[in-house]
Amino acid sequence: MLRLENVFKRYKTGDLALKDVTLEIPDGQVIALIGPSGAGKSTLIRCVNRLVNPTSGKIFLGDTELTSLSSGALRKARRRMGMIFQEYALVERLTVMENVLSGRLGYVGFWASWFRKFPKKDVQEAFRLLDRVGLLHMADKRADELSGGQRQRVGICRALIQNPELLLVDEPTASLDPKTSRQIMRLINELCKERGLAAIINIHDVLLAQMYSQRVVGLKAGELVFDGPPEGLVPEVLTDIYGEEDWEATIEEVDEDDEELLVEEAEVVA
Amino acid sequence: MPIIDKPDGPVWKRRKTPVQLLIWFGWMVAIAITVMAWKRIAANDLLWVYMPTAGQQAVDMMQRMIPPNWSYMDKLWKPVWDTLNIATIGSVMAMAIAVPVAFAAARNTTPHKLVRAFALLIIVSTRSVNSLIWALALVFILGPGVLAGTLAIGLRSIGGCSKLLYEAIEEIDHNQVEAIEATGASRLQQMAYGILPQVMPTFAGVGVFRWDINIRQSTILGLVGAGGIGLQLSSSMNTLAWTQVSMILLVILGTVVISETVSAKVRHAII
Repeated sequence: MLRLENVFKRYKTGDLALKDVTLEIPDGQVIALIGPSGAGKSTLIRCVNRLVNPTSGKIFLGDTELTSLSSGALRKARRRMGMIFQEYALVERLTVMENVLSGRLGYVGFWASWFRKFPKKDVQEAFRLLDRVGLLHMADKRADELSGGQRQRVGICRALIQNPELLLVDEPTASLDPKTSRQIMRLINELCKERGLAAIINIHDVLLAQMYSQRVVGLKAGELVFDGPPEGLVPEVLTDIYGEEDWEATIEEVDEDDEELLVEEAEVVA
Repeated sequence: MPIIDKPDGPVWKRRKTPVQLLIWFGWMVAIAITVMAWKRIAANDLLWVYMPTAGQQAVDMMQRMIPPNWSYMDKLWKPVWDTLNIATIGSVMAMAIAVPVAFAAARNTTPHKLVRAFALLIIVSTRSVNSLIWALALVFILGPGVLAGTLAIGLRSIGGCSKLLYEAIEEIDHNQVEAIEATGASRLQQMAYGILPQVMPTFAGVGVFRWDINIRQSTILGLVGAGGIGLQLSSSMNTLAWTQVSMILLVILGTVVISETVSAKVRHAII
């Protein structure tokens, strides 16, 4: 379980990115974090694994208070949280296999990682994960040879090989085409179910947020303004989060589009 | 920027008229200064007595250099080998020191501000002294020979390499490092996995480029007694053995052509 208590973040520039955010995510729950650009979505998930340090407030992962950890303990805690990035953030000049195995860096010593001497178990797990996302044949390719969708799958493997309890997912589909976006979102969703993972998924796309999450949290100018089931995203709520717009069209499309695509994708997968 | 409304529609120009005039004026001043400086040189610093015969002298010298003394090559193999060794070992030494210095000097990898200041000091101080001057000092300390030359090349190259390396480290894509950091990797692991792969091509390129420069540098170190082919060059010139001089120049030319070809090939292969 992840718990945020009264988290504030003020950047050195003076911008208040998070205002008194209190949020609880039970084990195994996938939540979508929506909101306009600059609302603090990225800051929020980066505060959790402390790539960004919150100014005040407390964050707990299970019984561990993440906000007070020393750097050594923080590294141990980060192993429990896998992160997936917007621009994939793969190390472009390393191979797919090396990228996946880099998810184990928190577990192996420096020299072992330097000479690429990962435990056999880790390597087998990497093969298994690559097979799961359909990239086994790419294991020896360099990351910069892959397409966007393939790279994001490698990113997912890198996060999962950490064997985390929680996935922090930052705009996983922002650089992908609509179809690949859906495939990636479904993959993340399936994997969370298979492993009973909790996940926070930052996402622009309201449709995708509704389709692939159990709960939606809306953030606006650093404040929580919505927390509820996907069906709760009625035009009034969206106006509250994003501002005035004709939302009817967006929401109505959901069901038709969704079903159509699901059928189509089922065929592709089969 | 300057859009001027005229009766027949707006007119766009690159600059406003006063700015454009100022730029023209600047050019005029620059040309005037150049002309005046040349006049001064012509009036005070030229030894005109040499000028009428300069062409004849050049032709004479050329004639005395031809044909090169091919048999002198027997005595040049050793100095050429020394020269290559000075450049190569010097470059390897410089890179070995330059890499850690670069990591200490780059803003995003330095452990502390003071460490960064010290690293920058190393870079500036080694860079500001020409290798010929390093060689003079080292010949004085260590005595003449290849060792002095190698150290001179090495010391001079530390700064030059470090500067290029640390700029490359500062320009990396930070996302990739962040992703590695998020896995719980230590700082050293972040460098090995997040940063090193990104800067490796630059590192290799800088190393080869420096080696190429150092080959040319090391051909003259012998002039001050720091080993290599420069020693032969200077003694041949002192004894007015022009056919030997031309032979040496040919050998230097060949060495440089080969080193440039190699470095171009290697850089091409990496990038």
